Amino acid sequence: MEAVIHKPVANPLRMFFTSRTWRRLARRKSALFGLVVVLLVITVAILAPVLAPYDPAAQSWTAVRQPPSAQYWLGTDEAGRDILSRIIYGARASLMAGVISVGIAMAIGVPLGLAAGFVGGLLDGFISRFTDAMLACPFLILAIAFAAFLGPSLTNAMLAIGITAMPLFVRLTRGQVLSIKAEDYIEAARAVGNPQWRIAIRHILPNVLPQLMVQATLTIASAIIAEASMSFLGLGQQPPAPSWGSMLNSAQRFLSNAPWMALWPGMAIFFTVLSFNLLGDGLRDALDPRSK
Amino acid sequence: MTTLLARRLLQLLPTLFLLSLIIFSLQHLLPGDPALVLAGENPDPETIARIRAAYHLDQPIFVQYLFWIQGVLTGDLGESLRHNQPVLDLILQKLPVTFQLAVMGILIALILGIAGGLISAVKRDTAADYATNVVSLAGISIPNFWFGIMLILFFSVHLGWLPASGYVSPFNNWRMNLATTIMPAFVLGTGVAGVIMRHTRSAMLQALESDYVRTARAKGLSERTVILKHAMRNALTPIITLGALEFGALLSGAVLTEQIFTIPGFGKLIVDSVFNRDYAVVQGVVLFTAVFYIALNLLADIGYILVNPRLRS
Amino acid sequence: MMAEPVLEARGLEKRFVVKKTLLGRPLLDVRAVDGVSLSLMPGETLAVVGESGCGKSTVGRLLARLIEPTAGKVLLDGQDITSLGHEAMRRQRRHIQLVFQDPYASLNPRMTVGQAIAEPLMLHEVVPAAHRAARVAELLDLVGLRPEHASRYPHEFSGGQRQRVVIARALAPQPKVIICDEAVSALDVSIQAQILNLLKDLQAKLGLSFIFISHNLSAVKHISDRVAVMYLGKLVELGTTREIFSEPRHPYTRALLAAIPAAVPNSERKAEGLKGDLPSPLEPPEGCRLHTRCPYAREACKTVPMVLDMEPSGHGNACAFWRELPPAEGLLPQAVSRDPKLDRLFAAFDEFTPRAMEDMA
Repeated sequence: MEAVIHKPVANPLRMFFTSRTWRRLARRKSALFGLVVVLLVITVAILAPVLAPYDPAAQSWTAVRQPPSAQYWLGTDEAGRDILSRIIYGARASLMAGVISVGIAMAIGVPLGLAAGFVGGLLDGFISRFTDAMLACPFLILAIAFAAFLGPSLTNAMLAIGITAMPLFVRLTRGQVLSIKAEDYIEAARAVGNPQWRIAIRHILPNVLPQLMVQATLTIASAIIAEASMSFLGLGQQPPAPSWGSMLNSAQRFLSNAPWMALWPGMAIFFTVLSFNLLGDGLRDALDPRSK
Repeated sequence: MTTLLARRLLQLLPTLFLLSLIIFSLQHLLPGDPALVLAGENPDPETIARIRAAYHLDQPIFVQYLFWIQGVLTGDLGESLRHNQPVLDLILQKLPVTFQLAVMGILIALILGIAGGLISAVKRDTAADYATNVVSLAGISIPNFWFGIMLILFFSVHLGWLPASGYVSPFNNWRMNLATTIMPAFVLGTGVAGVIMRHTRSAMLQALESDYVRTARAKGLSERTVILKHAMRNALTPIITLGALEFGALLSGAVLTEQIFTIPGFGKLIVDSVFNRDYAVVQGVVLFTAVFYIALNLLADIGYILVNPRLRS
Repeated sequence: MMAEPVLEARGLEKRFVVKKTLLGRPLLDVRAVDGVSLSLMPGETLAVVGESGCGKSTVGRLLARLIEPTAGKVLLDGQDITSLGHEAMRRQRRHIQLVFQDPYASLNPRMTVGQAIAEPLMLHEVVPAAHRAARVAELLDLVGLRPEHASRYPHEFSGGQRQRVVIARALAPQPKVIICDEAVSALDVSIQAQILNLLKDLQAKLGLSFIFISHNLSAVKHISDRVAVMYLGKLVELGTTREIFSEPRHPYTRALLAAIPAAVPNSERKAEGLKGDLPSPLEPPEGCRLHTRCPYAREACKTVPMVLDMEPSGHGNACAFWRELPPAEGLLPQAVSRDPKLDRLFAAFDEFTPRAMEDMA
């Protein structure tokens, strides 16, 4: 019988984690809950035009600040817009902000971390000091500073968050590379005759990916909060485009007579962020050989 | 010991240098003529000329940088356009307010976090553990500005017990000061309490499973003594240093909290400056917080080494 | 011996810096390998033995040039590989392969076994791409595994199976030399025997030369043709297996042999141990490095240089006073016990013949 060297990748999930990891993940209820909610939020964001009962930008001066009713399930805001629809569309801004920011952070951070860990020496020293410098500034303050200098918009907010989050990935990747470099199979890869670049890409990187995925999930959670914070302050998604953060901004002004305006966007942020955190935690525990 | 300190300081120099480069380069992210942008909202030719001279904008970039870093090292972080004050003075003025919130916040965080972590570790895998786990995770996931709004809704709007906004100095009226600061401090504290709770839990679990605790139990000591006297002491040392480090995270939280509760502190300063296009202040704030955080880290490192003799070699 | 050595080490030295000044200048170093010279003949197995920390693993890595020697040369088939550039060295690597100690750590957990074995085939273009799968199947068969195993991941195998995979991977580029660094030490004793026999078979079939690094003298006796004994970075004795095990000359060798655990209880043996603990490699003793622990140490040992004195027959040792030591018989555990049944049982395991089966029944 012929030897089959390359198992056909029937399961694309195997690229990030082994099936053993997925099984361990499935055993933790909290992580499953997180996964389900994340998928739910993604679905809502994608299917927003189908799911939203009203146009999120449609104003109605007769229905200003209505409490939740059969017509407007979550009530209306100060311009008579349906809150439910705005929440559904707001999912888009938040998810995009989360995913794209983390995408930017990884696109810059992972190669830098890989280079720093693999090459070492002066390059490592420089990259590490640079990372330390950036990490010295509190996350939100640095992001706000970047956004301030770039100008307020959702795109600039994503860019600012992405750049601010980048050092986290540099540090993580570098640490992983250093610990993997010390493993026997890397020495074996050298002994077998691999050139350095192939060791980095074919041997080190695939073993770094799982931890990166965990960090990515958790960072998406932080990025969503960061985007909401910045929109709340007026630095992110500009009104009238719906964003959970800016919705909370206007909600604060009408706290005494329309308290529901403040309740729903916050809960949306809370559940989305919580589920990403649960998922990330679950993945981290599933990967850790020491945990049950 | 002193060589270790010297080595740490030596390692910090390139970091500080790169930090200054990063912050300096922020100005140049701005599109257009920096003089026009820095002049703010009402650029008349006189102001623009003054800005150009003050920032040496007609010189090559690295000369600008040298002037800027020279200023920084002598305490001159530029001048605020809005307030017509040196930036450093402005920062130092606003700092005490935020400092009060931060200290209250970190105390709340430590109390809640350590208590929660201890309970969760001692009563592992019971309902209490699960509950505290959920609470700590929720603490990390709740957007703190929303939490603040909810607190205002409940305590100010609904119950009318506490003022929704504003700040009174403790030297004027300490009761009102407490009333205006307790909610924001609570918001700040709960944001960090979750992290402290999780670290306390894992540190405590490790301590409880260690050999010296097993010995203490074998000696016949009561469970209470074992926990309080032996396990806690070893578990808590890293937590204290963690608390010191999270102090920096509180500054981030302060930005939003002060905005919501309209407290004229450090955090509000940076937000206002962003909207006022008072860029010198923004830069100054970022620099200040970064240096503060680095100094805090260094102290935490030293403290950790002093407490844990194994690290001294 | 008229043949040229396939692998030769000349005056190998490796120093590791242990302490540096604030600015990076080296203050204190460890001489892990201090002037080791040996040669490996085609088709033979040379064992390098010694206790932990004697530098034998470092020698293995120096021979494969996985670490750079501080001084000295390594010659592969007469060619100096220590002075080769990156790319040239990478191509030479196909001739010196390694089998590592920990079968759980020496295989990339994210590559299938087939991919791991195929990799050297691809890197060194041993066979055209279309034939690789077939060659992988052949190699798996050679080490006692099945072709279906190629699509499985390392964690799906046992330790002994994984070590077979590692051996198959080492065989793939058709090397001249395989360096086994404690290749069986992490395995169960019964599996150890299997792997050792596999290595012997492969050597006979393929004409390989082995460097066998180990601290386990029983395994060494089973598999090696010649033995080199190391202590604190220096060679103390070098000779054929028979010479080392029946006529050991250096006190260190004698002590090692005396320490081999006996499978046969109550056999008569001489006791000959070393005193005290291994000195710190940062400050090796002056003169003969063993003198602080040697049961036969004398004043002169503190100053006499430690040099391997090679006789024309090939047996060399570093103790100048070896002729004055008591005779070395009786150090090894006796192969003959007092129980004939036990003897037959052992014989049956040594050579598994139908006759032995009958005898046991």
